[in-house]
Amino acid sequence: MSYDAHLRVWRGDAEGGELVDFTVEVNEGEVVLDIIHRLQATQAPDLAVRWNCKAGKCGSCSAEVNGRPRLMCMTRMNTFAAGEPISITPMRAFPVIRDLVTDVSFNYTKARAVPAFSPPPDLAPGEYRMSQVDVERSQEFRKCIECFLCQDTCHVVRDHEENKPAFAGPRFLMRIAELDMHPLDALDRKRQAQDDFGLGMCNITKCCTEVCPEHIKITDNALIPMKERVVDRKYDPLVWLGSKILRRS
Amino acid sequence: MSDLERHSYDIVVIGAGGAGLRAAIEAREHGLRTAIICKSLFGKAHTVMAEGGIAASMGNVNSKDSWQVHFRDTLRGGKFLNNPRMAELHAKEAPQRVWELETYGALFDRTPDGRISQRNFGGHEYPRLAHVGDRTGLELIRTLQQKIVSLQQDDERELGDAQARLRVFSELTVTELLKDGDAIAGAFGYWRESGRFVQFEAPAVVLATGGIGKSFKVTSNSWEYTGDGHALALRAGATLINMEFVQFHPTGMVWPPSVKGILVTESVRGDGGVLRNSEGKRFMFEYVPEVFRAQYAASEAEADRWYDDPENNLRPPELLPRDEVARAINSEVKAGRGSPHGGVFLDVSTRLPADEIRRRLPSMYHQFKELADVDITAEPMEVGPTAHYVMGGVEVDADTAACVVPGLFAAGEVAGGMHGSNRLGGNSLSDLLVFGRRAGAGAAAYVEGLGERRPTSREQDVRAAEQDALAPFRPPGEDGSVENPYTVHTDLQQVMNDLVGIIRREGEIVEALERLGLLRERARRAGVEGHRQFNPGWHLALDLRNMLDVSQCVARAALERRESRGGHTREDHPAMDPTWRGVNLVCAQDSPGGPISLRRQPVPTIHPDLLALFDRAELAKYLTPQELA
Ligand SMILES: Cc1cc2nc3c(=O)[nH]c(=O)nc-3n(C[C@H](O)[C@H](O)[C@H](O)COP(=O)(O)OP(=O)(O)OC[C@H]3O[C@@H](n4cnc5c(N)ncnc54)[C@H](O)[C@@H]3O)c2cc1C
Ligand code: SF4
Ligand code: SF4
Ligand code: FES
Repeated sequence: MSYDAHLRVWRGDAEGGELVDFTVEVNEGEVVLDIIHRLQATQAPDLAVRWNCKAGKCGSCSAEVNGRPRLMCMTRMNTFAAGEPISITPMRAFPVIRDLVTDVSFNYTKARAVPAFSPPPDLAPGEYRMSQVDVERSQEFRKCIECFLCQDTCHVVRDHEENKPAFAGPRFLMRIAELDMHPLDALDRKRQAQDDFGLGMCNITKCCTEVCPEHIKITDNALIPMKERVVDRKYDPLVWLGSKILRRS
Repeated sequence: MSDLERHSYDIVVIGAGGAGLRAAIEAREHGLRTAIICKSLFGKAHTVMAEGGIAASMGNVNSKDSWQVHFRDTLRGGKFLNNPRMAELHAKEAPQRVWELETYGALFDRTPDGRISQRNFGGHEYPRLAHVGDRTGLELIRTLQQKIVSLQQDDERELGDAQARLRVFSELTVTELLKDGDAIAGAFGYWRESGRFVQFEAPAVVLATGGIGKSFKVTSNSWEYTGDGHALALRAGATLINMEFVQFHPTGMVWPPSVKGILVTESVRGDGGVLRNSEGKRFMFEYVPEVFRAQYAASEAEADRWYDDPENNLRPPELLPRDEVARAINSEVKAGRGSPHGGVFLDVSTRLPADEIRRRLPSMYHQFKELADVDITAEPMEVGPTAHYVMGGVEVDADTAACVVPGLFAAGEVAGGMHGSNRLGGNSLSDLLVFGRRAGAGAAAYVEGLGERRPTSREQDVRAAEQDALAPFRPPGEDGSVENPYTVHTDLQQVMNDLVGIIRREGEIVEALERLGLLRERARRAGVEGHRQFNPGWHLALDLRNMLDVSQCVARAALERRESRGGHTREDHPAMDPTWRGVNLVCAQDSPGGPISLRRQPVPTIHPDLLALFDRAELAKYLTPQELA
């Protein structure tokens, strides 16, 4: 069942680099990350790559396989024809550190900018009551494993370094939506999303949704509803207040 | 020394999993300047992989639950070898720790009346695990991560610097602890990205580094689990207990080969999944041990009624503690009744409707669909045991998490005692929260008690740590021979898997110890190419030393304990022996770099009030007649 695959792996660092050709054995059931590990163990011990769980749960092994943002541990080798060369390159939206490892600190900076959950002051621990239907919307967004593939693919920042200060990217706009839909969060977040995190720059192309390995409907369920409510709120702040109160009772 | 970076903190927490983050939050809440160090990016620690849930007797689903029942289950699971004070604190404080997570923003699955839902799990008498589908660990780590961010936002507002009191150093590996005489003075490590060395001056260090699974071939653990904290503690003069107890989770994936070992959550069984052999038989009924007869169903009909009516029926034997189920699967496969790829069948497809399966077990559904081309709503999974968790760890004081070395604390999987010889599912995440918090508080109290007199590390120790870390770039092979660290690692995993694995025999453990000695020699010659910038070969070469230290402790203790109990099964001593019940095996390294010594020490006695929670007939199965009298 095993065969030799032709891999073209980007090697280099911040100064520059190139695609390097490798021929590697592939066995039944293997994923791209297995092949990268085999390369490390047999041909390129210093090949830099991030990974942790190898089960699609930690979001560490993000890269671009044939130009498409993917988790290497969840990309089966049998999705490619046996003879076809496969290119593996680092995520393009972030500065390269070495080989397949990029500097993703942009994301952590944005994470730190989003105002934290604001707990209701009148409830003690253990007194929170929320119904399943109400938490489900935010729960969908909390499935996010922070692989940053959506951030990598979004055209607002992919080749536009200059947009990064003003735009938090789909992952963190979704985080704001998540908090906004949290049944007990006490802040109004739509204005923020629009003014401080660049919601307006998103033109709902849905590319982020397409690459999300957790199959989160980022655009439809987080971004679009938030855009709609930003509009509502501009005209009528009571709409927002009303909806918050209703949801709570 | 020009490229040495130096930092000074009140408390350094090594590890950014559940235990480390909870400890750091506590330390920061005490107003102390705290550093969090982790090998991976922030938010990727092993805790992220936990699936099933957090055990806490909130009593939301069955109001009969209480800390006493949780305590009792924990001791039964650990076969009475647990540190009873730890098990008591854990059972008492877990609910508070879970509720607190809601105030940080966690969103657990709910009961119909809006409280936190709780699910059944092996060894737990009542539905007890707070959960979010089958991604509870992700929720836990993200919640704690976001709490850290929120504290940093407070510091930003108050002090103008988000990192004034809490800073995360991610992708930084600690290779040595630094001391001043007997006491901790800091830690030494390297940035993975640049290879640059870093020295932390700190009077208190909290170890929260997780487990050791990467020493085994088939494991559910990630690359981070190289036993660093265990080895760091050992080298710094701390003691390790219970190292012979390694939990093999009964259900890991067995096929395809590249995913062998990846976990299949116990929730599959908690939610109705059953185990069958190649003859289609639900074999677990044959494997209910004497000590558990009174609590588990003897027929399929009764077991099936339990899911809807747990008051009047006994629970299915698929939900026995993990050690029992893992051994049973092992026996079935050995007897030739295994599945095509050497496991057994775990079937939920005939037990629940397809959309219910997708709703309750979404990540299992995806995992099998995407990695094995198996649709778990339509066909059974193939599963087999996988190295999962180490019960053994750093010996700590139950209340403060302090080790025998002043200034050193440990919490989470790296600490030992809490789980005795076998951990119940869900009891780890609660352990992280309860003892993470206690370690943070313990370290804070220690630092406050020191006043101005802070230990300082010695320059020569820092230089020695640098030299050790650089060794793989100039391996000392006499004949110039260089070992590939990846090959040495693979060979180590094979030795531990085959010779100190789920079923152990004296001769094999002796052989393992010999082979570990040879591997140590080879590891010394492990060499790498290239430079220090993000060089995985170098990282592995350094991790090997820790894996070898820890593996040696496991093998030494496994050889010594001549009985079978929990995560330690001796084919040549198959019975559980009450005289061993009261014995902890303690590993220590009496001089730095010296041999590892092993001694016996009594397990702390169980307070009479706690003993009174069990009936005498049950105690008689575990304790010696003298202890009972
Ligand atoms: C697949 C899977 C599913 C599980 N499901 C459950 C469950 O449902 N319920 C449950 O209770 N338990 C479960 N467990 C067990 C539980 O997840 C772990 O025991 C627990 O998460 C360990 O947490 P921790 O905080 O001790 O360490 P971890 O979360 O593993 O964190 C260790 C940290 O230490 C850092 N570190 C290690 N060495 C160094 C070093 N040398 N220098 C710097 N940093 C270092 C790492 O980078 C990491 O940040 C599961 C385990 C697995 C593998
Ligand atoms: S939908 Fe918006 S956020 Fe998503 S990729 Fe398109 S522009 Fe970016
Ligand atoms: S939303 Fe999806 S693609 Fe984006 S970071 Fe989260 S998991 Fe990754
Ligand atoms: S390694 Fe964790 S998602 Fe791929």
